[in-house]
Amino acid sequence: MTVAAAQIARVPNRSGIWYFVRRNPTLVGGLFVLALVALAALMAPLIAGDPILAKPVNRLRPPSQVNWLGTDQLGRDVWARTVYGARISLVVGLSVAAIAMTIGLLIGLLAGFSRTVESVVMRLMDGLMAIPAILLAIAFVSLSKASVSIVVAAIALPEIPRVVRLVRSVVLSVREQPFVEAAVASGTRLPKILRRHILPATMPPLIVQATYVAASAILIEAALSFLGAGTPPEVPTWGNMIASSRVYLGLAPWTIFGPGVALALVVLAVNLVGDGLRDHLDPRIARRM
Amino acid sequence: MSGAPILDVKHLKKHFPVRRGLLQRTVAEIKAVDGVSFALAAGETLCLVGESGCGKSTVGRLILRLIDPTSGDIVFKGESITSLSREAMRDKRQRLQIVFQDPYASLNPRLTAGTIVAEPLENFDRLGRAEREGRVRELFARVGLGADALSKYPFEFSGGQRQRLGIARALALSPSLIVADEPVSALDVSVQAQVLNLMMDLQEELGLAYLFISHDLGVVEHMADRVAVMYLGRIVEIGQKEEVFARPRHPYTRALISAAPLPNPDAKRERIVLEGDVPSPMTPPSGCHFHTRCPFAVPRCRAEYPELRGEAGSHRFACHLDL
Amino acid sequence: MTAPLLDVQDLKTHFFNEDGVTRAVDGLSFAVAPQETVGIVGESGCGKTVTALSILQLLPPRLGRIVGGRILFEGTDLTTLGEGALRAVRGDRIGMIFQEPMTSLNPVLSIGHQIAEAVRIHKGASASAARARARQMLDLVKIPDAARRLDDYPHQFSGGMRQRVMIAMALACDPKMLIADEPTTALDVTIQAQVLKLMLELKAKTGAAIVLITHDLGVVAETCQRVVVMYAGRKVEEAPVRQLFTCPAHPYTRGLLASIARGKAGARAKRLKEIPGMVPSLREPIVGCAFAPRCQFAVEACRRQQPGLMPVAGEPQHQAACLRVGEVLAS
Repeated sequence: MTVAAAQIARVPNRSGIWYFVRRNPTLVGGLFVLALVALAALMAPLIAGDPILAKPVNRLRPPSQVNWLGTDQLGRDVWARTVYGARISLVVGLSVAAIAMTIGLLIGLLAGFSRTVESVVMRLMDGLMAIPAILLAIAFVSLSKASVSIVVAAIALPEIPRVVRLVRSVVLSVREQPFVEAAVASGTRLPKILRRHILPATMPPLIVQATYVAASAILIEAALSFLGAGTPPEVPTWGNMIASSRVYLGLAPWTIFGPGVALALVVLAVNLVGDGLRDHLDPRIARRM
Repeated sequence: MSGAPILDVKHLKKHFPVRRGLLQRTVAEIKAVDGVSFALAAGETLCLVGESGCGKSTVGRLILRLIDPTSGDIVFKGESITSLSREAMRDKRQRLQIVFQDPYASLNPRLTAGTIVAEPLENFDRLGRAEREGRVRELFARVGLGADALSKYPFEFSGGQRQRLGIARALALSPSLIVADEPVSALDVSVQAQVLNLMMDLQEELGLAYLFISHDLGVVEHMADRVAVMYLGRIVEIGQKEEVFARPRHPYTRALISAAPLPNPDAKRERIVLEGDVPSPMTPPSGCHFHTRCPFAVPRCRAEYPELRGEAGSHRFACHLDL
Repeated sequence: MTAPLLDVQDLKTHFFNEDGVTRAVDGLSFAVAPQETVGIVGESGCGKTVTALSILQLLPPRLGRIVGGRILFEGTDLTTLGEGALRAVRGDRIGMIFQEPMTSLNPVLSIGHQIAEAVRIHKGASASAARARARQMLDLVKIPDAARRLDDYPHQFSGGMRQRVMIAMALACDPKMLIADEPTTALDVTIQAQVLKLMLELKAKTGAAIVLITHDLGVVAETCQRVVVMYAGRKVEEAPVRQLFTCPAHPYTRGLLASIARGKAGARAKRLKEIPGMVPSLREPIVGCAFAPRCQFAVEACRRQQPGLMPVAGEPQHQAACLRVGEVLAS
């Protein structure tokens, strides 16, 4: 019987990192880019100059040996500002994802299990989703002093309903599975059922969703900064860099290249990680039957 | 039947409301189980047989209180468990277990086989960790799985092996009664034989009572001591296996037996092929539920529902006619 | 002897994916005469459904491929035909019924439309002629109130009725052969009896040959004239139906028949005869007889070479792929 079991479970020899890379190119590609950006952000003081120091006499200089990406309208080094800007974007992306996921998970679990909670909560979520995320975020920010934490909270709020919906639908479908019934029949109490049987099933779609939320958060943060409703103007973010460089596009297009390309690259990378994770974690696609 | 039955079910009913509209008003009811009564002795196998929609699986779940009955009484080992609180019922679950139909969906794909079988033991916390593992190994051996299977995941097993895992899990707490809900229907014939043999051996060794739910008459005839035939939520015939199969009194039982294809090209038997489809449990026919498809129906059948004839414990059937 | 309607010669169908090759059908040969009902029986993974899909080349495009053998239908090798020519065969000369009627019927088209579609495409009939034919087919499969039900959708039918609709679709163009892949497995046993009875009646009426694929030996006994038993992608036995049940020659067939639960009168039944072990993996090429590891009669020679088909008891129509047929029959 055990020999036969081994026959059935013949997993082919999949060792080695190159096998993983070949099987999951999108995932690895995205992770690689993100890793580079994160590294750059971390080592900002070492590899970039001073993002805040303004030398008006050097304004709008094109890229040169001294200023790799040129200078902006106040003479600040664009390269330095771009690299420091990565910090904000990554922090915002990560924090928003973490907060939205945690709160969304808790609410979603409750909604999946309790009919009363569900009816109240889902209507609330529907209402929240009806309001455009950016408007909601702007309203939130304008009610309080601008700071990174406020921006994170403001962006996380409209993301929560999507997560709640996702978690709730997973909970509803997993709840019906015979193995959950079997757990009840074995005398497992509700908290343990949630922890051991329901929660793990929510993880794969949740993780994938987290990456999309992160990407969205980075873009929304940029939009907020662009609109002037985000982080304070001295703090370099890609959003406000793009905003202020609008006027000078004709004169000094390099002022937008740095933040623009960086933004696009990071959002793309995060989305690739999401897609790659989804393919990797979905057992049917991963086994490609 | 000697001594008190281990399970005594009386007039069990389960009606599912059908809700429509914004206010979720109940517009109709699905009478999935509509007045089922039977008793099961310790160490005995009672087979509930019927086609889809007859309510047999629902009966199984009602007995375990996985769903709550609309009315009726379930008496297990002399004690009524119908209205026990969730906590009190949980305690009873040690002696009352279930094996599911789907070997793929009844095991959590993310847990190892050892963890799955150990879960009932963890829930009741009677053994230390080492003892628990010993018990799990013992269970694995009893169902014919090697010790190296403990750390494998469900996807590494075949259908038959998974069903053995399900049986091992059901045995963990030394139950006296196991509800087996179509335990071999999803398996190949040769694998069915292995699992059925295992179940019979276990019954012999441990004195288990089985409430064996199936639609497969061949399996029923093999496993049962007694048989109960269900149609649209009610029992239409119940009795000792030999009697029911040799002399079926209800037209539906006859049709069922004659419909099952026998692996014998020369078999001569009465062929009753029913016309029409099974009626919906939402709108069961008046009078005898079976009269719309019954080749022997008379006007009385449409007007009046036939109660089960015969003494409790004997061969009973619900038909106006004497066939 | 008339030329066979369908002649499958040494069919080999393999599935390809990243993890390797699965030899789903590994050298299968059988023939079907006009108006004959042949059953292909075996357990899951034996290759019977893949055989059906191979005949009509309905294999999943990138994964499955016929890698060897010929499939002669009315003299033409179907494996050599292009997609256009194949489409002319499917539905028109060979009809097919699948196991799950709900997923084989388009849920957004009325069943009348779906039946008529085959007629319009293959016979070039006008819309009204096709509709009339669809109505005729529904009557043939005994669906009550056919005229009204032409415009109903699949979800408005029960499982048994949907399978009848599938049969109507398959027979609409009056094909010479019908391939039915587990047509009644998903149905209740009383409905199964209805559908099988219907299929036999229609066969008598239309004169179509049927290839019936199933795992249920009872169904085979009741409906088929000849039976092919498959195991691990190969044919292990072939016989006229009565012979297969009275005189099974291959150890697998014997094991299968012995393990079917059939009640015996009297006290609690004895243990069923089990076939020890499990089906071999089809990913590895199988050396020798596929059943040898589980066979009580196996000897060294069985493990070394794949046994050819031996005639059984002097009956030319009865063959078994076993080197030790004599011993098996004697036991």
